Amino acid sequence: MSPLLELRGITKHFGATIALGGVNLSVTPGEVHALVGENGAGKSTLMKVLAGIHQPDAGTLILNGQAFAPRGPSDARGAGIMMVNQELAIAPHLTVSGNIMLGAEPTRGPFLNQTEINQRATAALTELGRPDIALDKPAGHLGIAEQQLLEIARALAVGCRVLVLDEPTSSLTAADTAKLFTLIRRLRDQGTAIVYISHFLEEVQALSDRCTVLRDGVTVASAPTAELSTEAIVNHMVGRQVDELYHRSSRTPGEIVLESNELSSPPNLLSATLQLRRGEVLGLAGLIGAGRSDLLQTIFGLSPIKSGDLRVASFSGKPSPLRAWHKGIGYLSEDRKTEGLALDLSLEENLTLPRLPSILKPSTLAKETGHWLEKLGVRAAGPTQAIGELSGGNQQKIAFGRLLRNDAEILLLDEPTRGIDIGAKQTLYRLIDELAVQGKAVLLVSSYLPELLGTCDRIAVMCRGTLGPARPVAEWTEHSIMLAATGATEDAA
Amino acid sequence: MLAKIRNSLSQVGPLIGLIAISALFASLRWETFVSWDNFAIMLQQTSVIGIAALGMTMVIIAGGIDLSVGSIIAVGTIVIALLIQAGWPPLAAAIAGIGACSFCGVLSGLLITKLRLLPFVVTLGMMGALRGAAKGLAGQQPIYPDEETWLNSLMQLGEQGTLPSGVWLMLGFAVLVAAVLKFTKFGRHLFAVGSNELTARLCGVPVERVKICVYALGAAFAGLGAVLQFGYLTGGDPTTAVGLELNIIAAVVIGGASLNGGQGTVTGTLVGALIMSVVANGCTKLGLPNWVQEIVTGVIIVAAVSLDALRHRGSKT
Repeated sequence: MSPLLELRGITKHFGATIALGGVNLSVTPGEVHALVGENGAGKSTLMKVLAGIHQPDAGTLILNGQAFAPRGPSDARGAGIMMVNQELAIAPHLTVSGNIMLGAEPTRGPFLNQTEINQRATAALTELGRPDIALDKPAGHLGIAEQQLLEIARALAVGCRVLVLDEPTSSLTAADTAKLFTLIRRLRDQGTAIVYISHFLEEVQALSDRCTVLRDGVTVASAPTAELSTEAIVNHMVGRQVDELYHRSSRTPGEIVLESNELSSPPNLLSATLQLRRGEVLGLAGLIGAGRSDLLQTIFGLSPIKSGDLRVASFSGKPSPLRAWHKGIGYLSEDRKTEGLALDLSLEENLTLPRLPSILKPSTLAKETGHWLEKLGVRAAGPTQAIGELSGGNQQKIAFGRLLRNDAEILLLDEPTRGIDIGAKQTLYRLIDELAVQGKAVLLVSSYLPELLGTCDRIAVMCRGTLGPARPVAEWTEHSIMLAATGATEDAA
Repeated sequence: MLAKIRNSLSQVGPLIGLIAISALFASLRWETFVSWDNFAIMLQQTSVIGIAALGMTMVIIAGGIDLSVGSIIAVGTIVIALLIQAGWPPLAAAIAGIGACSFCGVLSGLLITKLRLLPFVVTLGMMGALRGAAKGLAGQQPIYPDEETWLNSLMQLGEQGTLPSGVWLMLGFAVLVAAVLKFTKFGRHLFAVGSNELTARLCGVPVERVKICVYALGAAFAGLGAVLQFGYLTGGDPTTAVGLELNIIAAVVIGGASLNGGQGTVTGTLVGALIMSVVANGCTKLGLPNWVQEIVTGVIIVAAVSLDALRHRGSKT
């Protein structure tokens, strides 16, 4: 079949930086085309070229056999190229139908044609197999998976030929991901061309027909997915052999440093009993919304304790973030952009915020920051650069460095490797291992099962607010974790 | 390196504006505009706004806003006038006036943090309530104490080559505030709270305490402004400084602070305050009517903010 959309030799410079150095991509109707690459490989720039936000310096776009040069987002939308981004563009106060037809509202004279709005919204939802969603419900009341569905429905309602999905599953539960996959296959079978951007290579393997790998702004591989192993994809992405991604040296657990007994913080955390020892990494598995993040936040004093005991080392009492840092507890938020970091502030300000002397000596702080940048291998212009200008991986290293600088004895890590590239992941895994060997205690929340199985000593599974018993990692498999997380086994109840 | 140059450009941008505007007026009215006396007058006229804007800079950096400072200044002048009339020594009266103003700020801060209300709404309410309180305290009349005190000479223009003490007060406190912002933990916490409150909380910054402190400080600086205003009027007036909060906020914004918080400098704020005084003064010297002045000031505010926005857009891509 001839390609519906073809990109040939696309290049794009920003000042002296080459964002794209010759990208080729060819998408045929009725295929799911996975686009993978490390952060900074050029995926988002490429998508912005496709969406008409950036104009390429050289190269051609061919849509349906004709040259196509979108000069703005409306050109691209008019041609049927639709984007669903990681950060959803939903107006929470508008209704479901209002959101689906947003920006393309049919009118009758000066008035909205509500009948047609509803008809077309219903048609789009029906096409997606979800006619049950009420049209007049405010979109903000829907769950995140359904909000995403609205965005896809919006694309369909205005006539979509190429659908670009950017990291669509990063905040979905396993069940919702499965539903999304069904839906994507359905659209594919109806002849839509789908570009699927993801960091999760299992998803790429499970879903895509073809796979294109970008590295440093250049297409380095493009082949039917069936011909590419996960290992081969990773090797293309990093351009080198990835020997050992996870590190787990032999560690000897020491005394208990953190103990909770039926700790609760409703509505999300109902009961958590756990013991964390020095020199171990305890993994917390579970679905999104099961209460894992709430447990970390409760331990750290960001959520109030309703009932139960919490004892940190020999100390017990009402926790607060200030006291937690003083007691040697460090917390890494799962949401780097809205909670973890102040993006407008400098690397130094972000790194040193939890522990500052009353009178600051700028030269000392700058020197100290420089030391950590080097130690963590952060690529940045210097301590005064705004942290928002760095890549996700480098940002995460700074957020993690905050815990190290405070010499935290207990590390609460919530999804530490979300949205960062493989190189940065490897650095973090090595650091976590080093810390555990040094006798620090790590509580690790992750939705990525290979990561949990590869780095933890013990794993406990959380299901609907209740934490199950922790067992040595050897007793778990991905399958048994998923069973426990979905409440399918007896001991998870 | 590039980031550094861009950063310093944003600092000197308002200064370039100030120099350009001054040069324009100087070239048009050399004789009357360029003289020590006129220089002193412009600084004198900047000092009330300038000193209150120092406090407002901290409030805005912390992501807040205080619309009640005009009313706070009125309350301050009344409290000082009443106390001097009651026979208090001037220094004690001034300190008590500043204390009363700070109390108003603490009240705003408590409402904003404990009830989690929007600063805009709380201080809008305070603006009205405090204006009323000032009028009630004063019995709806300006109060001019019989006794002449040294407070009255704070804003007096002296001989050539000297500046009113009020101007020196403003400059001295500017140095102090700049040092607090740059060299203290509290200053760093203001930027953190304004830039991302969640991050600040996560890092153990006592967010509520910082906010209450900054509203108290903002009001205390308005109180200092009230002392100068009292000196200028040689009395207390419940209807003084109506709408002044907007000029104060404008000075901070022209100086490069962002109403989203996390950004702002003392030098920028002072330059912003000076720009407005220079425009007012220059327009008068040119014989332009008041309405022209108002339009020019409005244009400058929008121009300053759009230049800032353009610069930011330039740095993002």
